[in-house]
Amino acid sequence: MNWVGRRLPRLEDPTLLMGLGHFVSDLKQGALAVKFVRSPVAAGVITEIERPDPAEMAGDVFTAADLSDVGNIQAVLNRPDYRRVPHPVLAKERVSFTGQPVAMVIAATEALAEDLAESVFVDIDAEDAITTFDEALAEGARAVHPEAPGNVMVEGRMRTEGVDAAFASAAAVVSFDLKSGRQSAMPLEPRGGVADYDRASGRVTLHASVQMPHMLRTGIADVLGIPESDLRVVAPEVGGGFGQKMSLFPEYIALVWAARRLKRKVAWIEDRRENFLASAHSRDQRFTISGAFDGEGRLLAIDADLLSNVGAFSCYPVSCGVEPLMAFAELPGPYVVPEYGVRSRGVTTNTCMMAPYRGVARPMLTFTMEQLMDRAAIQLGIDPVEIRRRNLIAAFPYRSPTGLVYDEGSYLEAMEAAVRIADIPAFRVRQQQAREQGRYLGIGLSVFAERTGYGTSAYAARKMEIVPGYETVDCEMDPSGRVTLRIGSSPHGQGLKTALAQLVADRIGLAPEDVRVISGDTDTTPYGWGTFASRSMVIAGGASHLAADKIATKLRSAAAQLLEVESDTIELKDGIATASGTNRSLRIGELARAMHHGSHQFGDLGGGLKEHGFYDPDGTFSNACHIAVVEVDPDTGGVRIERFIVVEDAGKLINPLIVDGQITGGVAQGIANALFEELVYDEHGTLLTTSLADYLPPTAMEIPTIEIHHMETISPESVTQAKGVGEGGAIGAPAAVISAITDALSPFGIAIDAMPATPDRIRHVLRDARGN
Amino acid sequence: MKLIKANAADGRVIAGGQSLVAAMNFRLARPDVLIDLNGVKELDFIEETPGELVIGAMTRHAAFHKPVCDGPLGRLLSKVVPNIAHYPIRNRGTFGGSLCHADPASEWCVVAATLDATMKIGSAEGDREVPAADFFRGSFTTAVEPGEILVAIRLPKLDAGWGTGFYEYSRRKGDFALAMALTALRVEGGAISAARVGLGGVADHGKRMADLEAALVGKPATAETFAEVGKLASTLVSPYGDIHGSAEYRRDLTATVVARALAEAADEATA
Amino acid sequence: MTETRDITLDVNGKRHALSVEPRKNLADALRDDCGLTGTHVGCEHGVCGACTVLVDGRAVRSCLMFAVQAEGTAIETVEGLASEDGELHPLQQAFWDKHGLQCGFCTPGFLMLAVGALRENPEMTDVEIRELVSSNLCRCTGYQNILTAVRAAADVMRAGTNG
Repeated sequence: MNWVGRRLPRLEDPTLLMGLGHFVSDLKQGALAVKFVRSPVAAGVITEIERPDPAEMAGDVFTAADLSDVGNIQAVLNRPDYRRVPHPVLAKERVSFTGQPVAMVIAATEALAEDLAESVFVDIDAEDAITTFDEALAEGARAVHPEAPGNVMVEGRMRTEGVDAAFASAAAVVSFDLKSGRQSAMPLEPRGGVADYDRASGRVTLHASVQMPHMLRTGIADVLGIPESDLRVVAPEVGGGFGQKMSLFPEYIALVWAARRLKRKVAWIEDRRENFLASAHSRDQRFTISGAFDGEGRLLAIDADLLSNVGAFSCYPVSCGVEPLMAFAELPGPYVVPEYGVRSRGVTTNTCMMAPYRGVARPMLTFTMEQLMDRAAIQLGIDPVEIRRRNLIAAFPYRSPTGLVYDEGSYLEAMEAAVRIADIPAFRVRQQQAREQGRYLGIGLSVFAERTGYGTSAYAARKMEIVPGYETVDCEMDPSGRVTLRIGSSPHGQGLKTALAQLVADRIGLAPEDVRVISGDTDTTPYGWGTFASRSMVIAGGASHLAADKIATKLRSAAAQLLEVESDTIELKDGIATASGTNRSLRIGELARAMHHGSHQFGDLGGGLKEHGFYDPDGTFSNACHIAVVEVDPDTGGVRIERFIVVEDAGKLINPLIVDGQITGGVAQGIANALFEELVYDEHGTLLTTSLADYLPPTAMEIPTIEIHHMETISPESVTQAKGVGEGGAIGAPAAVISAITDALSPFGIAIDAMPATPDRIRHVLRDARGN
Repeated sequence: MKLIKANAADGRVIAGGQSLVAAMNFRLARPDVLIDLNGVKELDFIEETPGELVIGAMTRHAAFHKPVCDGPLGRLLSKVVPNIAHYPIRNRGTFGGSLCHADPASEWCVVAATLDATMKIGSAEGDREVPAADFFRGSFTTAVEPGEILVAIRLPKLDAGWGTGFYEYSRRKGDFALAMALTALRVEGGAISAARVGLGGVADHGKRMADLEAALVGKPATAETFAEVGKLASTLVSPYGDIHGSAEYRRDLTATVVARALAEAADEATA
Repeated sequence: MTETRDITLDVNGKRHALSVEPRKNLADALRDDCGLTGTHVGCEHGVCGACTVLVDGRAVRSCLMFAVQAEGTAIETVEGLASEDGELHPLQQAFWDKHGLQCGFCTPGFLMLAVGALRENPEMTDVEIRELVSSNLCRCTGYQNILTAVRAAADVMRAGTNG
């Protein structure tokens, strides 16, 4: 029986459904409570930290002075344009954003710790906050950090030779600016950690809600100056992350430091307000682009100036280059761009640090390229589908101007399929009828290529000092014939364990229930990276596939010996090893027992059944087309999404149920990006959106039914034939929604230049266009 | 009542707690003493008299999911209630709690103001009655003094000739309204013979709009009239702006919610 | 407000004697003092709904009431849904079959929300289900499979009572 390709309900679920899954906040029994005193202002010099009288204090207060033996967090890119800014665990001389941890308080209960935190007063000589691009890049602007004069932390620049000539010869040039509001990945479970000191060994075990436990161990050990073996990091059940939980945060370092200092168990469970203030933000971007087209609507060149607000610090390990450098490298997307000029800057400000969020720069660059196509289509009088047909990459492998190699994909085919499903001609009739009744319907499409499953070569190209990318697994069959797969990656809700169990089950001839996947514990899993960048199915899956194949090979050899046939005649299926063409067979459990307990029979084959898997691919491009149909209420500015179609090509689907879940969840976040969510700072650098009544993730009323269709282009770049699919939904949806709004309001000739397209913003452009 | 009097200075009364506990969790409110009315079953009632609906202050929002009385008023209340937050909040939050909290975007406050409710306020010294026009003093401020509690709300019924409308616009379903309008109309021979209009979310508290009512009476019950009165409404309000909508946006939106609520009321009145 | 009060809570039919500060909310008391960590806390201001439990049969936010207010009521949490022998409640089964969860953090809240609402109205329409599900936030699923799961469970539960 083949398990790959089946819509298998997840093995992870019963525990979670019964409320028995352990999230980090479930593990704090017996711990002292930790709270952080955070900077009330965006920028300034700390003059004094007033602590309560120690005699009256029911707990401890620690500041940077107490942590004098602790280093700084330091993400490093080995690029001449990168500015190294140290990120202190607790603020030292100065504060750089509202919410930055200044002191750590520890008390018996959370309520007492909150009381204590309120009795610590931080005196700060406040400075004017720099929060926007214009403030940061103004002539003579104050440097947010002395290490980064001019407030640019990283800059990517290139210009192919023919850009200027292409613009000079163009039949049409289309130019515009777009903005994306700042957003939070907003996992439903905020961050949190429980650090427990073991007096016997002197080791600390940190349970934390994170996506990269091994990396966290490295980062914490380096900053504290301790051997990694003194620290065990465990990611228990993780309540969503979407990138927010992949960086090293000061709070975790402070927590491990406190456990060692007090020789006690200490717990910090973040509240929602802290999560908005001080975890990580993303997508605060402003792109300026010009596109040169020939008379037939073929793109000749683009020239772009890309700004990413990276906040106060550079996230470790991926660095503040993650948004600007991805935008730099991947802006052309699925389109043939013969000539490319780009300048992409990461700008530092007195705001919360930017870190990856599902899709990273791609929601914005897809929005930009799709607007370029839509606006050029209008200017040149070409149908929006037709102009895309003329520009999409159709011959593979394709090498982009920045040197990316696109493997086999289905850019045109996916778009054509989506267009057929949407039945655009019928829609246009309906749209016209609706307009006659004063109702405004619109359709918008978005086509994108998503680089997924990339290994060390891609990160090395960014000049990261820490180069992530490979994955390792240990696959072991025990004497009962069951498999334990220990993975370096660490899922946070996706269902990776089920999918890997399906893969391994097929390679070895078992059922998925026979494969136990262990993840997230640095003591019991091999060193690896984690779940981010749409990589785990490709890379951890590839490593699992390779390791399982080695086990299968050993089992075949052993079976061949016992059954006295050639090993290539052995078939492993449904728990049985059969010599094909014969009636001779052995249960895999019997074989496993023989390998463990009768290894003397097998000579060179050796005893036991444990194999290591390692995989480090260059990457593979998924692709998709999203189509949104919306109705805009011109009087309220409200947008209702009537229909949403996704045609996705992520190669072979290991578990379509899980793949579809990734797409619907991603699209919902993309719709949120397009219409609802925005973190807003005021001019003083105070965050105005610190609750779920102010920051607005959509509910079931705002998210439509999402129609998903699959194509399966098989790429040689992935050993499992699967491509990554974790981020695509979030990448494509914003562009499609905005495009549909613009189409709906085309009688008024308006353009939408900023996300989210809130009712207020839509009314504003309509008022400008039609006078009411 | 004695407990409330004794703690008049530093105590807070908690009804459903759906706003107060959230504020306490954020440490924005930190009362020394909380007096819980949830055990006071006598405050959880709905009584119908020939001319009025009397609502105990501790009546949960969810009690109005189905009409609590025949006629336009019962229908109106069940039309309004789904706009209040979400189901679990409506299971716990109370009618009287909403009035006392007096959020500018509270639906029940608009109902009370527009329909000229009378509030019965109790204390250790006895009860007193305050008309809605004097009850709401500003955002989050009412006529309930320290040592007092709201006991019940008397809502005058609307007879069968009235049609009612309610239109609210918010960013997401269940969010605080950016603007809302509550309307009631009587239509005779195609013309409006009587009107009630109230607004919420666009001023410091829910308000009955006498000028709009005057502008409606005698006019034909048509889309043109409703649009015109909507426009008039937008000139009469000076809403605050925030991250969800600028003052200009809310003014615009006022015209739309008024026109839509009027159209609904007219449809119902002439059905 | 740091002195404690002794109260007894009836949770899933079992009595728990605890000593809590009056300011402690029900969610924290269930988690810290009753050891029932299936009820999750995602916002502490009543919006996310991860803490939804039943109090006297009605779905409420356990972060928006105090533990002391729950004395004398019957509280139900996610831990009480499956039978003693581990058979899943129809809603749990439907969430599993339909992939109605990913990270699982919001799931107990959605389950209790739907249990309470379907008890009150077993005949919910699709529109009513969507409106109900909009009470809570999920960040992983995009809600689609939660809606499908609640619909499926409602049908199973109704067939169960009728048959």
